[in-house]
Amino acid sequence: MRMATTTTLGYDDLPPLLTRLTGDEKHDRSSFSTLDVLWVLYDRVLGEDDRFILSKGHGPAAYYAVLAAKGLLPTELLDDLGAFDSPLGHHPDRILVPGAEFSSGSLGHGLAVAAGSALTGRRVFCLLGDAELDEGSNWEAVQYAGRVGLSSLTAIVIDNDSSFHGWPVAGSVAGKADDARPEDRGAFGTAGGIERRFTLEGWAALRVDGRDHEQLEAALMPDPAGERPRCIVAKVEKK
Amino acid sequence: MTAMRERFYDLTRAALEEDERVAVVTAQIGTEAIGEHPRHFDVGIREQLMIGVAAGLALEGYRPIAHSYTPFLVERPYEMLKLDLGHNDLGAVLVSIGASYDATAEGRTHQAPEDVALVAALPGWTVHVPGHVDEADRLFRQALGGDGRTYLRLSEETNHARVEPGWLTVLRHGSPGAPLVVAVGPTLTSVLEATSDRDVTVAYIVTVRPFPRDELRDALGTGTDVVLVEPYLAGTSASEIAVALRDRPHRLLALGVPNAEFRHYGTGAEHRAAHGLDTAGIARSVEEFLG
Repeated sequence: MRMATTTTLGYDDLPPLLTRLTGDEKHDRSSFSTLDVLWVLYDRVLGEDDRFILSKGHGPAAYYAVLAAKGLLPTELLDDLGAFDSPLGHHPDRILVPGAEFSSGSLGHGLAVAAGSALTGRRVFCLLGDAELDEGSNWEAVQYAGRVGLSSLTAIVIDNDSSFHGWPVAGSVAGKADDARPEDRGAFGTAGGIERRFTLEGWAALRVDGRDHEQLEAALMPDPAGERPRCIVAKVEKK
Repeated sequence: MTAMRERFYDLTRAALEEDERVAVVTAQIGTEAIGEHPRHFDVGIREQLMIGVAAGLALEGYRPIAHSYTPFLVERPYEMLKLDLGHNDLGAVLVSIGASYDATAEGRTHQAPEDVALVAALPGWTVHVPGHVDEADRLFRQALGGDGRTYLRLSEETNHARVEPGWLTVLRHGSPGAPLVVAVGPTLTSVLEATSDRDVTVAYIVTVRPFPRDELRDALGTGTDVVLVEPYLAGTSASEIAVALRDRPHRLLALGVPNAEFRHYGTGAEHRAAHGLDTAGIARSVEEFLG
């Protein structure tokens, strides 16, 4: 994590920052699936030596707002999102964006890079989307990290039910989440498919409410005794 | 939605209804616009699978169309283009959107000015770069009616008017021995404007593979200077011109998108100008080259 020089803003200050980015006066947080995970990471979890890789580079307004709130990104840069000479594009570029540690936007790249970084012993957090997990490249990283017990790696999957073909759920004949029996649905919606897949590959997996800061903090705080890579599925509103 | 993209979706929906050979494979781009159909298969965000599935459909006798943004159609599944389609000698129609820099605000991940060079590096592909929606319409229908491997590159950039079919169409004749300026696809309007006061021959091509080598020689006549203006990676077809003119001295200026990381967003017009592909930029380069 690239450290801030000053930290002056809090969670409640994010809406006006988002307004500067998008031009919209009001913001329903459901429009920003990653907002609360990003906030908890940067506010409570990430240490100076940790690395954060945003693999899900789509819709980075929440990312830019959190970076700005934490003093990593000058707030004056928020006003020209997508302009020719702006460092802020619709996908983050680590060469241009202060605080960004990986350039993304093409899905399915971040987890492999995170695994490479974690091989050095660095603690790495990688944020993905449930639809992003469609990309087969993710599963090469998942399989490898699980086999070698890459315990310094944490994958956070934002689950807003946007994977087109869904996930295999116990009790589902067709394998689609919507077909699951009610008893197989988790506390925050259709559950299990993502976690089971990671668990099968040797990861420790857990599903939490992606809007609940306490749950997120508890799940994301490092586990020094852990011997496996971790997958935290953060459930948010359906896209 | 841009004119070429919208026309492509219209034609694809119609083709699914009218031709039982046609099947469509998408990966979450254009899925809703094409709509549900028993032979429209959206595989999720899985572009390598998209090309593999298209090859499988071709193996069963279908005429598959695969579609996405340029980088996700060509770059990500490149080995599937090479092997699943090419090496297995299976046909498909690949239709891209986004061109070199249509997705300006999206950044580098959604831009692929190297796409034509990549496809051109594989044997047996036909590559079309239409400069007008009516040209895109004709080339798409032509591709669907065949059984080979075709890459159709759609763009937001477009010329003021369509050009009638031809391998290489001479639109302005210079005097004998005049330099030849070759405009590819949507660069034509800017090329015509940039050279309006010059004694040059202006030719237009939309099909860059196979490249019209003989037609280029004919258009150049006794001249020695060639300017090639491509809307993608500069010099993509320079080797074709070198082969076409291999037995005669010549000079070539190849204009296009530079081979460099371009870390800007903004508009297509801003990118075009920054790459020297707008009217002023082409005029400037031609002046430096021809004097």
